[in-house]
Amino acid sequence: MDTVGTLFMPPEGSTFAGEIDSLFYFIVYASMVIFGIVLFGMLFFGLRYRHSRHIAEATTPGISHNTKLELVWSIIPTVLVLIVFFWGFHVFMKMNVVPKDAMEIKVTGQKWFWSFDYPEGVTTVNELVVPAGIPVKLLMSSQDVIHSFFVPDFRVKMDVLPNRYSVTWFEAKRPGIYNLFCAEFCGDGHSEMIGKVKVVNEREYAVWLEEGTSQGEGLSPEQLGEQLFRSKACITCHSAEGQRLIGPPVNGIFGHDVVLKSGQKVIVDENYLRQSILEPQADIVAGYDPVMPTYQGLLNDRQIDALVAYIKSLK
Amino acid sequence: MNTMPEKHYLNEKRGWKSWLFTLDHKRIGILYLYGIMAAFLVGGVFAMLVRLELLHPGRDLMDAKTYNQFFTLHGAVMIFLFIIPSIPAALGNFVLPQMLGAKDVAFPKLNLASWYIYVVGALVAIYSIYAGGVDTGWTFYTPYSTTTSTSVVAMTLGAFILGFSSIFTGLNFIVTIHKMRAPGMTWFKMPLFIWGLYATAIIQVMATPVLGITLLLLIMERVLAVGIFDPAMGGDPVLFQHFFWFYSHPAVYIMILPGMGIISELIATFSQKKIFGYKAIAFSSLAIAFISFLVWGHHMFVSGQSQLASMIFSFLTFLVGIPSGIKVFNWVATMYKGIIRFDTPMLYALAFLFLFTIGGLTGIFLGTLATDVHLHDTYFVVAHFHYVMMGGTVMAFLGGIHFWWPKMWGRMFNKKWALLSWLLIFIGFNMTFFTQFILGTKGMPRRYYNYLDQYQPLHAFSSYGSWVLGLGFLIMAVYLFYSIKRGPVAGNNPWGSLTFEWKSSSPPPVANFETEPILKHGPYDYDKIIPERTYS
Ligand code: HEC
Ligand SMILES: [Cu+2]
Ligand SMILES: [Cu+2]
Repeated sequence: MDTVGTLFMPPEGSTFAGEIDSLFYFIVYASMVIFGIVLFGMLFFGLRYRHSRHIAEATTPGISHNTKLELVWSIIPTVLVLIVFFWGFHVFMKMNVVPKDAMEIKVTGQKWFWSFDYPEGVTTVNELVVPAGIPVKLLMSSQDVIHSFFVPDFRVKMDVLPNRYSVTWFEAKRPGIYNLFCAEFCGDGHSEMIGKVKVVNEREYAVWLEEGTSQGEGLSPEQLGEQLFRSKACITCHSAEGQRLIGPPVNGIFGHDVVLKSGQKVIVDENYLRQSILEPQADIVAGYDPVMPTYQGLLNDRQIDALVAYIKSLK
Repeated sequence: MNTMPEKHYLNEKRGWKSWLFTLDHKRIGILYLYGIMAAFLVGGVFAMLVRLELLHPGRDLMDAKTYNQFFTLHGAVMIFLFIIPSIPAALGNFVLPQMLGAKDVAFPKLNLASWYIYVVGALVAIYSIYAGGVDTGWTFYTPYSTTTSTSVVAMTLGAFILGFSSIFTGLNFIVTIHKMRAPGMTWFKMPLFIWGLYATAIIQVMATPVLGITLLLLIMERVLAVGIFDPAMGGDPVLFQHFFWFYSHPAVYIMILPGMGIISELIATFSQKKIFGYKAIAFSSLAIAFISFLVWGHHMFVSGQSQLASMIFSFLTFLVGIPSGIKVFNWVATMYKGIIRFDTPMLYALAFLFLFTIGGLTGIFLGTLATDVHLHDTYFVVAHFHYVMMGGTVMAFLGGIHFWWPKMWGRMFNKKWALLSWLLIFIGFNMTFFTQFILGTKGMPRRYYNYLDQYQPLHAFSSYGSWVLGLGFLIMAVYLFYSIKRGPVAGNNPWGSLTFEWKSSSPPPVANFETEPILKHGPYDYDKIIPERTYS
């Protein structure tokens, strides 16, 4: 399996990646030829006609132009770029026309994580699970500023806007785990807005959906909470080991006082934790920006209980 | 043995007042030169810090907030305070009237006013650092820029003010070129640097107001909460991108066209040869200036803009590329059967040809719709525009500085140190930025504080390159400043060039020429005349 890619390009993970790479390498080779001509001309003329090779000072020939030569070096590059233009347009249209039988997933970008809503009712954060060999349409929008959905291995990129839906699609060629980046600058956590695209085969996908609708059965609340803390992207802003990230560390806070921006002191209990997750703007911890998104609608009651239990257990 | 002229523009009047109230275009050029050098230093330090932070993933010396401010300041300072005024306002001011055989620009007072506006704009922009910094990137994309808590208003106000400085310089140059050419200097006897400045001035006057309006709208939205770009107030964020690039793409040509003009002068002088395809070069400058207004959408292929629009913008982008390509071929052809000397300015001209060609060719990947989708907003773009802006404009600027340095000060710099510094800059530049093409194609997004481990070796190599580059510039600063007072006297025409500015003494008298100059030959008539070099 191709996991390294070529000198320039990452592995070809989607059905149209190969076509983009062919065009890419066509431009690389054509450019190398043109660059070679320029470089050779510079070096050859520079050495051949360098000053020290002249015996006496002299005038130089007054060549003002040469119509034939100029036509050649105008027309050949023009033809080349026209080829590249049409080729690029042709592939671009394929990348933009979504196949009719594509399955649709709703993508939401917000500072600084991705969430994915499946028609079956499953919601994931920072992990997009899709079956291989089936076209997937993404219907995307943002909760705040502009983000951009970028999967290098798929050669897919599309801005995610706050005031409208944008659409892109891909068909993954084979199972694997691929990086998902945010490509449009969106603030302090921009470079942490990294997710994964997990491509599985169709059977695994069906099983995964099944599990998703009945998530976390058989786990203790703390275990489920730990899982959610990771999968719902709390971990991009909170450390469970005492470091200060975009948000405060959450270990050892339960039962202790916390100072709020208003100067007020409150004690961290279950209700405080619950409110911090569902209405983070209500009480802002002193020394931090009010950037935590609300998880209202992203978590069900069982999951909130699990997260609270997990944070309680952290020392 | 050369001797310094007794009276010249540097010593005719003395004292700081004679500088701050000067109307002499040469002194104003030097004032600008100090301004942009300071900006280059500041922008360069920010760049080195950004590269230092990127040595490893995660935190090296600053947090994400500071990092975001540093790359924003690096971009904003380099673009608005350094590159845009660099060649036109500093070198152009110094050289243009002399090349035309004129005493000064058409409106000397307006010229001085432009410099003061530049200083005020710069101060307001720099004030933003104290007022909390700016973290939007130099592109100020909405709604991020209208919602971030940093001092976007100060920075945009600074850029707004700087715009006027640019407009006034452009206006001044257009009138000067139309009205003040010496007897005998017809349009097609003008040196190509003048054509470059002319095309640039047209863009400055026509495009900069759009930037001004855009930034003003942004300020209105932030200060008065008028919903223009922010969807939360009923605005449209993509509208901002259209406005912004409507200026900022032509601005790319404000930055490169004067550089191309310098390259024409350098290649002709140091090949001692008539320029190949004079008219093709002159007209392609104008063609570029006009078409550059019609391609802004190529920055927005993945912004949600319609596919039809994207197709048209892609097509026009290729059109604007062709004239630049033709120029490169013309320059190389000029060297054919010349008498070529590798003095420092020529070395920079050759570095320009090498790097700018790479910059131009990599632009094709970004103008092509299908490949741009993958490369947009990655390090490939960062590498591409550094090859064009730094490999192109900055190399041309450095070539121009070294070329006209003996004219400015009457003295020559040390060529051995200049060679060393050139070599370091050339190698360091390629180490720093060629690496970034590969980072980009491999998918590394730009403006990332942190990154995945797989990109570390390339990032580290790029940072090492930035140190080599920095060392090269350090050496240059030392030998250039040293030469102002202590370099050997250069004489009137150290490089043996045929353009007008070399006819007067070095440094020139206040009125540029002892007697009114009359044009007797074209700027590149090396087929008829063997000019004498006063320094070797
Ligand atoms: C975008 C970054 C971000 C994400 C993602 C995030 N938070 Fe926060 N969180 C913050 C910030 C910043 C604060 C402090 C400011 C405030 O109180 O709103 C905070 C505060 C908190 C607090 C209060 C801490 C205290 O010391 O009083 C809790 C509890 C909390 N978050 C839990 C969570 C949980 C659970 C998740 C995941 C479901 C999560 N956060 C996701 C940024 C984030
Ligand atoms: Cu982002
Ligand atoms: Cu552009």
